[in-house]
Amino acid sequence: MRDDILSAEAGPCRPRSREEMARRAAADIADGWYVNLGIGIPTLIANHVPADREVIFQSENGLLGFGPAPDEGMIDPYLINAGKQHVTLLKGAALLHQADSFAMIRGRHLDLCVLGAFQVAANGDIANWATSSNDAAPAVGGAMDLALGARRVWVMMEHTTREGEPRLVESCAYPLTALGVVSRIYTNLAVLDVTPQGFRLVELVAGLTAAELQAVTAAPILV
Amino acid sequence: MIDKFVPSVAEALAGVKDGATILVGGFGAVGQPDLLIEGLIAQGASALTVVANNAGYGQVGLARLLAAGRVRRLVCSYPRIPGSVIFEELYKSGRLELELVPQGTLAERLRAAGAGIPAFFTPTGAGTRLVDGKETRRLGARDCVLEHALHGDVALIQAWTADRWGNLTYRGSGRNFNPVMAPAAALTIAQVEHTAQLGELDPEVIVTPGIYVDRIVHHPAEAAHA
Repeated sequence: MRDDILSAEAGPCRPRSREEMARRAAADIADGWYVNLGIGIPTLIANHVPADREVIFQSENGLLGFGPAPDEGMIDPYLINAGKQHVTLLKGAALLHQADSFAMIRGRHLDLCVLGAFQVAANGDIANWATSSNDAAPAVGGAMDLALGARRVWVMMEHTTREGEPRLVESCAYPLTALGVVSRIYTNLAVLDVTPQGFRLVELVAGLTAAELQAVTAAPILV
Repeated sequence: MIDKFVPSVAEALAGVKDGATILVGGFGAVGQPDLLIEGLIAQGASALTVVANNAGYGQVGLARLLAAGRVRRLVCSYPRIPGSVIFEELYKSGRLELELVPQGTLAERLRAAGAGIPAFFTPTGAGTRLVDGKETRRLGARDCVLEHALHGDVALIQAWTADRWGNLTYRGSGRNFNPVMAPAAALTIAQVEHTAQLGELDPEVIVTPGIYVDRIVHHPAEAAHA
């Protein structure tokens, strides 16, 4: 798989949009997986699961098998996801209370959780709940349980901050969510795996070289 | 004869004391016992510890209880949501103590309280600053953190249907923390949208059995739900 996608095509670099990142991540989700999508960009993934795959989405607030947003007139005020958005229930859905929902999460029953992040370290540490050590008004939600409870943890985020600072780093400067849990990262510039040797390149967007990617990444990338 | 329905919110909240720990169900705006929170504001108890997933938003419900200065301490997983201006203001000015708890740990601490488990080890939070000062032990291949049961003096919960014994059913994502909090408090008060005659609720669908519920207020929603 690597050889045909690693070679950057000629032409200007074209970073992926959020929808494109979501489509790219969705392509790697297997038929039959149980998946929790973190608040923010990862929720877009649900719109891009290939039609021939049955993927069941879980939400921390007790939904297993929820579906897309309802049409305006069809909103059930009693049905929201963890992002507080109105959703629907698919055929086959089940409802849980919060302790059972987190037993499912912590008990390693989910095949995958995709989280947003501020930073991911080369050893798989993730920081995604607070941006400084004295955050004015912190909130953690289910991030810590999800990050260490799911069998696989992928991160979907912009490769750098708005100011151009790398988000893929040697060690996280922001408060940690969980240690050594991330296995794959989807950014607007690349797909990378986290291996025992550090970040390893899986795929570059068109028009970008490995050297250019390395220049905006604060830890070595194995190519 | 057992009849846990009370005719008024004031009677439902009678006896809540200053300094009490109040468990408040709900996730976002769903399954939140708004009527009981309003009742608690009117009832007047202060210096409260409130345990809830969110800290309210705008000027209603929990946010109004916070704004009224009745809450000394908040135990919460996700207090900062769009519109949680009252919480942010109180927290930043140091007028509200916050214990931030990972959501799964919050749920499990409540479950443990209701289940007679004084404490448990969980991998959640290990190695992060949220568990600074807590006992950590290597169990299996993972570092785990000792977490204690979280008991309430009072639980305020919301459910879909109740019968006079206090058996409760829920609707959609309105279940959330409500069935977990009901067994975790000394006094559990439920606000419900519908009532059922004893025997009308199928035992197979009762989520919270009446043994966990002390008082019920019938509060049909203004909006008609399908």
